[in-house]
Amino acid sequence: MRLETRKLLDKAFSGLGLIAIAVMGIALLLILTPIVWRGSKAFVFKGTIEHRRVMLEQFDRGNPDKFTREYTEITAARAPIYKMMEDFEAETIAQISSMESQMDAKKDRAKELKTAARALKSDGKADEADQLEAEEDRLKDEAKELKSRIKEFKTARTEPYDALHEAIRELLGPMPGQRTPVLLRQQYGQTRWDRTLVKLHEVLYTEEWDYSNADAMGVLVETPRVKQFKGTRLEPFFQYLEEHIEEMMRPKTTFYWQFITDKSKDSHIFGGIWPEVLGTIYLTLGAMIFAIPMGVIAAIYLCEYAKEGRVISFLRICISTLAGVPSIVFGLFGLAFFLNTIQVSDSKSVLAGSLTLSLLVLPTIIRSSEEAILAVPRAYKEAALGLGAGRWHTVMTVILPAALPGILTGIVISMGRAAGETAPIIFTAAVSVGAPLKIWETLSQPTPALPWNIYNLCTEHEAVDEIRHVQYGMVFTLVAIVLLLNLFAILMRARISKKLRG
Amino acid sequence: MSEEITLKKIDTFAQRDEVTSPTETHIEAKDFSLYYGDFEAVRKVSMKIPKRKVTAMIGPSGCGKSTLLRSINRMNDLIPSTSASGEMIFDGHNIYARNIDVVTLRARVGMVFQKPNVFPKSIFDNVAYGPRLQGIKNKQELSEIVEQSLRQAAIWDEVKDRLQANALGMSGGQQQRLCIARALAIKPEILLMDEPTSALDPKATAKIEDLIGELRKQYTIIIVTHNMQQAARVSDFTAFMYEGVLIEFGNTKQLFTNPENPQTENYITGRFG
Repeated sequence: MRLETRKLLDKAFSGLGLIAIAVMGIALLLILTPIVWRGSKAFVFKGTIEHRRVMLEQFDRGNPDKFTREYTEITAARAPIYKMMEDFEAETIAQISSMESQMDAKKDRAKELKTAARALKSDGKADEADQLEAEEDRLKDEAKELKSRIKEFKTARTEPYDALHEAIRELLGPMPGQRTPVLLRQQYGQTRWDRTLVKLHEVLYTEEWDYSNADAMGVLVETPRVKQFKGTRLEPFFQYLEEHIEEMMRPKTTFYWQFITDKSKDSHIFGGIWPEVLGTIYLTLGAMIFAIPMGVIAAIYLCEYAKEGRVISFLRICISTLAGVPSIVFGLFGLAFFLNTIQVSDSKSVLAGSLTLSLLVLPTIIRSSEEAILAVPRAYKEAALGLGAGRWHTVMTVILPAALPGILTGIVISMGRAAGETAPIIFTAAVSVGAPLKIWETLSQPTPALPWNIYNLCTEHEAVDEIRHVQYGMVFTLVAIVLLLNLFAILMRARISKKLRG
Repeated sequence: MSEEITLKKIDTFAQRDEVTSPTETHIEAKDFSLYYGDFEAVRKVSMKIPKRKVTAMIGPSGCGKSTLLRSINRMNDLIPSTSASGEMIFDGHNIYARNIDVVTLRARVGMVFQKPNVFPKSIFDNVAYGPRLQGIKNKQELSEIVEQSLRQAAIWDEVKDRLQANALGMSGGQQQRLCIARALAIKPEILLMDEPTSALDPKATAKIEDLIGELRKQYTIIIVTHNMQQAARVSDFTAFMYEGVLIEFGNTKQLFTNPENPQTENYITGRFG
């Protein structure tokens, strides 16, 4: 090959290599940036007074005196809102009752006419009686008309008002003087400023679908809610609300690092993700408790004890195949075997989940341990054997210590895998809502876990939109756990290798 | 170093009490053969290795000398599909008999390998490895053994201040002497050396050779070497092997100056090999 061609090829090759690395870096950045950006919003965000109220009332956190002072000011800022609503209610009631009294008056008059007409009839004055009856019928009709008008008025006032009432409750929490709602999520207004703005918009505008064009898809039409309350006491309400929302909610930049260590309240509407984090830790450590001894012992056996033959090569094929089995199959196997057949626990449990996960990571651990053991220089083994060490002693005192960095790397990588697996724990360990478990409860109780709850939150939770931040916070935490584990593996490996190298 | 042997050099280094015939046999091979699968690496070798003398094994690469050496403490067992026939008699027993405990055999037959293979542990732990295997736990006793072994291997003065340092931090020559100390710490009767200086520079080689001269008073030493000068310098007896067969075995000086077999003569004069 000519020198120029060779140079060109060399350059092309290194160029391609650089491009590949750059693409990988960009992909990583594209994946990680939104996770970090949106995930961090679970920890750092603009929290409203309602957030501080949740913290104080549900988690006993914060300064009660300061809160009370602040809350008094906020109550003052909110008072006009509620005043207007009360006035509106009173006005409506007054209007209805005046209409009703008109109707009653007409009814009474009609009754009077009826008795008068009857008296006239018995006196034989039929003509006059007819006249009166005609008058009576007219009055009756008028009363009927009034009645339907009252009904119309009522619906025209009540329906929009109820909707507004509900929207305001979602925004600011229950109204003063009302009975405390049973559901925790209805006891508080919006805790986050971004959600507050969304809810404010919902108060200010009504949404309707316009299907008038039959050939096209429906169009969402937003109309200012103020139109529904034209000419009532509520007309200035909306402007006031929009102008004074900050005073009513007091958004403040909040660092909520306890997001990781707080229990969740009312299925993740408030609070943190501690049960999930703890569940993930339990499941991962549990899987390791079973997988490490089994995997390392199997690797030692395969490398040091087994005589190469058909059985061993068949075993190796089995291990490789096991590594390729889809994780959902492991999940179903765990359900069928650990829960239904040998019944390690009565219900789903951390124990069953750990066992299933341990099977999943077993091939990885066996493979990496085997490679690490085979990479130990033969000289070490010969030296130990030459000094009169038995096989067991050689493995324990020389081979395992020298293979440790490789084995540990394999273990930590499988820990990352076990922490992030969803499918194997769906049927064996995971529930969507639960309290943090005590260590002994792991033998019999199911647990929430990060991977499963991320999936659950974005598909099955009844208030998905309200708690996107929790979902992203979980993703962020899980990714952070896995990355930290990998980082830890790299550092540990470097440290041990350095120690071995002297 | 050239492979040429000059008589003068041999005279210089073989100045020792002349031993013409083996006095006491320490280990004896009787029609000993060793196979790697179907390949017969050592062919019906019979030899008596004398006690407390240095026996060198020479021969071209692949002649089976290392295999024969490793047969003496059964290190060949590590390689799958090896088998042996004939007898290798040590202490009245055929070490290839079924009821022989390889571990105790290896504790009595120490070995030093071609490349220094210190463990990635501290110097102290390296030397104490063998004694610990034999169940010695007492710290005092262990440090005595370690010091004694390191002194025997003539490395004590160099390492006494850094016994806890990692052994991998030492130079190649020091590591090899540490390996010798480690082998001595199990108090063997026989010391096998498989080309112990082939990875070392001349200075370190000289130190090891001096050490062998010291150790021959107490141990039976069998050394495999490619370097005929070395064989001439350090050994009392020399065995020449070719293609698995023991061609000639006898007093070193005699073998180098007046070989009986023409093949031996050809090899030591550098005509082949």
